[in-house]
Amino acid sequence: MRYTYFPGCSLESTSRGYDRSLRAVFRLLGHELEELEDWNCCGSTAYMSVAETMALAVCARNLALAERQGEGRPLIAPCSACYSVLSKTDRFLREQPELKARVDEALAEARLAYHGTVTIRHPLDVLVNDVGLEAIAARATRSLAGLKVAPYYGCQIVRPERGFDDREAPVALDRLLGRLGATVVDYPMKVRCCGGMLMTTADAVGLELCYELLRCAAAAGAEVVATTCPLCHINLEAYQGAINRRFGAKLRLPVAFFTQLVGLALGAGEEELGLDRLLVPFAPALAEAAHV
Amino acid sequence: MATAARTATRLDTAEHELRRAFLAEVEGIPGGRRISRCLQCGTCTGSCPVSYAMDLSPRELIARFRAGDVRSILASRTIWLCASCYACTVRCPAGIKVTDIVYALKRMALARGVRPARYPTFAVAESFVHQVETHGRNNEPRFMLGFFRRAGFRRALGVAPMALRLLLKGRIGLKASRIRAVADLRKIMRRAARMEVRVEHDLAGGTAPVGYGVVGARPPRPMPAAAARVPR
Ligand code: SF4
Ligand code: SF4
Repeated sequence: MRYTYFPGCSLESTSRGYDRSLRAVFRLLGHELEELEDWNCCGSTAYMSVAETMALAVCARNLALAERQGEGRPLIAPCSACYSVLSKTDRFLREQPELKARVDEALAEARLAYHGTVTIRHPLDVLVNDVGLEAIAARATRSLAGLKVAPYYGCQIVRPERGFDDREAPVALDRLLGRLGATVVDYPMKVRCCGGMLMTTADAVGLELCYELLRCAAAAGAEVVATTCPLCHINLEAYQGAINRRFGAKLRLPVAFFTQLVGLALGAGEEELGLDRLLVPFAPALAEAAHV
Repeated sequence: MATAARTATRLDTAEHELRRAFLAEVEGIPGGRRISRCLQCGTCTGSCPVSYAMDLSPRELIARFRAGDVRSILASRTIWLCASCYACTVRCPAGIKVTDIVYALKRMALARGVRPARYPTFAVAESFVHQVETHGRNNEPRFMLGFFRRAGFRRALGVAPMALRLLLKGRIGLKASRIRAVADLRKIMRRAARMEVRVEHDLAGGTAPVGYGVVGARPPRPMPAAAARVPR
């Protein structure tokens, strides 16, 4: 199947590994990602804090473009913030006719219109619920057996609306990684907030939230944390040095995008998956998958 | 409270305007009126990963609004510490959109020039908006530079070693990716900005100055732009 793909700004820079591994995984599974042409930044949470109509209009431009380009195809948004903001825009426009009218007027300035036909999907949802665990396992050439993974969902792909998984105890990522052979560790913070932009605006709080998370995952025996979001990833990975300095800890826990782990199972190379760009190195020795 | 925002039955002018603006914001949130059903149970506070660092708990935000004291909410650090994690929203037994309400309060504070140096959300917002207006996309290193310019370069010291490591790993570059239709995007944004003035309730006609009575008490009525502007 073909999907329209909205990479989002982080996947062009700090989270290039997410973009690369996602493309590799879809290709290896025989699905096509067609990048949304001339997409603009989703506005993230920053815009919602400034001006609501503008935040919605900025996002609606992408939805209008996707509607025109995609002809009913779902729009895949791997960044949790993009996913959440695009979904929220779509929902607000359906539920608030008054806002919809204003956004329509703004879009008309660029000869665009959005009719509400785009479904916004997170790649985790697509992999687990469209492609299916069995189809993915059938294409695996390596097993994640022996790898202890802490699945980390973060906030915005499971909240606020009931989306593709439970809001308090989601399992999609657990099931996906488990099916590929990984030992999924049980720890109580898989939907706990990493602090998001607090790392930038109130680092004392951001560092503490991430410290608690990493400590909890490490104590549960995790050798790697699997993330679904660029912001979670950078908070948990790149700030480990700062966390260790602040709390006198000795954390050195690799944090990978879940698509990098799936890509490994599908036989993709480390470079192809962007694993060589991680700050905390992660290079597990994996055995070949024993197919039945 | 240092300044009494209200007497037993009357709000002072500034508080009256803040309340009016807040209720207008609430109207813009789907399901926003449910704020009138708050039980003051504290589930939001108990679910909030950041409440330990807040001066007003999420529950207390609603209590203060109810008491006719929006002013102290806008002066609190709570609105800047909210990480938009939605934990409160999904657990609220009354279905109140707590996170969206905090967003609304952030917008109100930013619009009134609240720029606390310790919690520079304003700098994040301004730098981000600048990126999107200029390129249509957010270039992360440029965004951070813009942030430090507004929030103080002292903050850059802590992240410099990490930024260097990201640079060496090829995970940051200063070359901004730019959309072709940036002019179109600006047109959309300009037009949207002109429509930001909200439909507001007229609270003057005998509605209670405090409590929730005014939410949904009468159908929304458009207000002229000038009247909707609220003094600081
Ligand atoms: S959880 Fe809901 S009902 Fe309870 S105090 Fe918070 S906002 Fe009010
Ligand atoms: S959305 Fe904000 S107020 Fe609500 S639980 Fe999360 S951090 Fe706390």
